[in-house]
Amino acid sequence: MIDFDQVRLVDVSRHYGRRRALSRVSLSARSGEIVGLLGPNGAGKSTLIGILATLIAPASGGVHYGDHAPRGVTAALRKRIGLLAHELHLYPELSARQNLAFFAQLYGLDPHETVDRALDAAGLSDRGDDEVSGFSRGLRQRLALERALLHRPRLVLLDEPFTGLDDRSVRSIVLLATHDLDLADGLVTRVALIRDGRMVSDEPAASGLRARYRALVGGA
Amino acid sequence: MFLRVALLVLRKDFAIEVRSREILYTTLFFALSCVLIFAFAFVKEGKPLEDAAAGILWIAIAFAGTLALGRTFERERYGETLRALLLAPAPRPAIYVGKLLGIVLLLVVAEALLVPLIALLFQAALFTYPLLLIGLLLTGTVGFCAVGTLFAAMLVRARTRDVMLPILLYPITVPVIIAGVRGTSALLQPAPDEAVATMWIALLVCFDVVFVTLALWTFEPLMTE
Repeated sequence: MIDFDQVRLVDVSRHYGRRRALSRVSLSARSGEIVGLLGPNGAGKSTLIGILATLIAPASGGVHYGDHAPRGVTAALRKRIGLLAHELHLYPELSARQNLAFFAQLYGLDPHETVDRALDAAGLSDRGDDEVSGFSRGLRQRLALERALLHRPRLVLLDEPFTGLDDRSVRSIVLLATHDLDLADGLVTRVALIRDGRMVSDEPAASGLRARYRALVGGA
Repeated sequence: MFLRVALLVLRKDFAIEVRSREILYTTLFFALSCVLIFAFAFVKEGKPLEDAAAGILWIAIAFAGTLALGRTFERERYGETLRALLLAPAPRPAIYVGKLLGIVLLLVVAEALLVPLIALLFQAALFTYPLLLIGLLLTGTVGFCAVGTLFAAMLVRARTRDVMLPILLYPITVPVIIAGVRGTSALLQPAPDEAVATMWIALLVCFDVVFVTLALWTFEPLMTE
């Protein structure tokens, strides 16, 4: 199984037609770090997350997962990546148990071993057979987090998520893309600020995040 | 691994459909309505227009298939579950095959209702050569769905997907529809021509091989943004 303890983006650029989404962005993160990727809407955070998830191909530059580049080992790499986006990647017509069982099998896991544990962790043991369409947004989010962590990913990508991150992912590399400073403050160990597709700052998290954000990005 | 993932996707689609029945009912209702409207137009005083049955069967299949394709991928768009499928450590063409099998099965169910209805309304001898008819329907359905599944997946995030799908799909699947109509028509003649029907089936098999191969080859790069 492929594993890595560091992920590096080197001079990654991406354009959509004439619109620049990312311009020569470099960033690295190691196991145990929770990197907050902050920036206003349209800054390029989701594109960056999509590239790290191997869902979007960079126009130039490269991504290195430890010693591995995605080309040729993409499927094996994906087994080590977990993504939780604003859209929750759940089938509302299926029950919580069916959703988790489907994704467990898709990742080659034994659903009997993983599903009950995940339901328990989400606090949904008693609602496992209920349709997800009947869940509140909060319950869906908890289920979606367990779905994203079901295969114990090394790289956890959170795109505009919620405050559900806990010590269960402490040994992973976590990249959290958000424009919500309250969410990032106190949670992340490092902060990368992105604006107009460019990395404007990458530094350890410290107090005064809001002031730094305002000075570098504006607003907030 | 490939087949396991394809069957897993198929089983998931089946489980969703069992719960919602949404696509099955809309597709069947649309296909049956289509045939009934044609029956009102082309059957006068109990006598159907000559050779109309084959064309109406395939038009109903094509229209109902387009509707099913759109709805199937609309379901994957909601909640961005297609992204979750693409992120899985599975061969992406296996996801394509799973979706393709689901749509083919759905259309086979629709065809099982359409054929007797058309045979009844248009007094068409569709059951004279059942094996040849099944061959035509299966190969034609696979060819149509092979292209349709690829395009529907490609267009899932496009705002104009409902308009673009038929615009892209119909010109490319015209050979499949023509082969299906001509083959079925050959079976409905007063002197049915088995050799001609068999020839069209062989041609449809060629289309299927080409379309499925192309789709499997292009699905991964096309689905990477």
